[in-house]
Amino acid sequence: MPSKRQKKKLGKERLQRIIDLCKSVEERGLDPFIVDVDDILTVVREFFPEWELPEELCLDAEAVHKLASVIKLQSDWVKHQSTSLYTDPFLLEEKIRRLGKEEVANLFLEVWHPIVELEQISPHSLAEAIKYWQSLLPISDRWLKVSSIETEAGATTREELIKQRILAEKAFSEELEMFWEELKRKVSGAGKIRYWDFIGADTYSETIKRAYITSFLVTYGYATLELHRLEEEIFIRPFEKLAPVFGKKQLISIPVSISVEEWMKWKRGEQD
Amino acid sequence: MRRKAYYVRKIKRATHLLFYTHHRKPGVKGWELRRRLGSDYLKVIGILDGYLEKLDLQVKTVFEGEKPVEKPTVQQLDKARFYITLRGGLTPKETKMMGWRIDDIAGLATAISCIISKKGKAPREEVEDFLRKKLPGWRVDINMNRYIRSGYLAEDENKQLYLDWRTRAEIDQKALVDLLLGTES
Repeated sequence: MPSKRQKKKLGKERLQRIIDLCKSVEERGLDPFIVDVDDILTVVREFFPEWELPEELCLDAEAVHKLASVIKLQSDWVKHQSTSLYTDPFLLEEKIRRLGKEEVANLFLEVWHPIVELEQISPHSLAEAIKYWQSLLPISDRWLKVSSIETEAGATTREELIKQRILAEKAFSEELEMFWEELKRKVSGAGKIRYWDFIGADTYSETIKRAYITSFLVTYGYATLELHRLEEEIFIRPFEKLAPVFGKKQLISIPVSISVEEWMKWKRGEQD
Repeated sequence: MRRKAYYVRKIKRATHLLFYTHHRKPGVKGWELRRRLGSDYLKVIGILDGYLEKLDLQVKTVFEGEKPVEKPTVQQLDKARFYITLRGGLTPKETKMMGWRIDDIAGLATAISCIISKKGKAPREEVEDFLRKKLPGWRVDINMNRYIRSGYLAEDENKQLYLDWRTRAEIDQKALVDLLLGTES
């Protein structure tokens, strides 16, 4: 008496064999009647109570699916046999084998009605083609346009790269540290400064740049933002030491609008 | 008189459409004819077919799917393809002028009948083996590729051969099988 495990193993093997057989019938165009449907169904039914795991049930479903495809092929075969085009392949093969090449070709010529098709250029297309040809530049001219300009390789300087904005004047971390020092200086005894008082500059582009760097000061733990919702004020408070960013507290993002109008408003207030 | 002129104009347009290759494949779809010739395009095609008969040509309608349709619907006609084909048969001399050797024609006839007898689908290897019995091996592969390239046969990724659009348009499959079976051997 085989154990449950052994029976499962045997069942899986038999299902796989069924799948392979059905696949070969389908793909290689073999006679679908070599598959004994009743026999396969008995096997599938016999092992079905053993399946518990999803992959085992999938294997069972695949076997049933492949068997269904073969049954469809069998049905197509029966339908074809009932049509006027049905011919016993062996009989036809035998006939062709016995006939000479010339005889087969002559028979074929009686039932072959080749398609008649014309390919001819019209005077209109010809005129269009001549017009196109006349306006077409010589190939040497066209290639000259797309070819790249050759320049000699040479050395460059750090200043030149900064000028071309390939290199930054200062490293970003260096700039961040400088900003942090500036912030600490500006807050002095109060410990905090109004956000706009810190980022605000004479030009709008400079203000944007300062706001951009300030956002990194807060993100990287050099400073923190204080929101006074009722007064609609934002303060920035620097840390004395770099604070760990990913602590227990959940990080939140605070969007701050730095529009031209806001900047103008701040500038007027400062001037007043 | 005006009516006659109307049809003469339409027949000319239909002739241009059907004879000249507009797409990769020859022939014109039914919907295209309907759009270019009007809703009475079947009548125009019928008159053209009458003219072509004197020249041993015909307008052939090939419907989608394997079987010919006896009473086609508007949708079936829209999807059908219309071709100009030879009405009668060719002589062996004429086929030589068309660039077909007797070996090529016999090979094509054999391959097509082999596929028909196998329910419209046969492994390429099996068809080639059958052809090798009468044709040199090197020629079989070249010919088979030519039949596929011309649209007589199609091959799928499992190396199964099928009858393609040109066979459906040019060859009377039933007549071919009947002729082959009816030969005295």
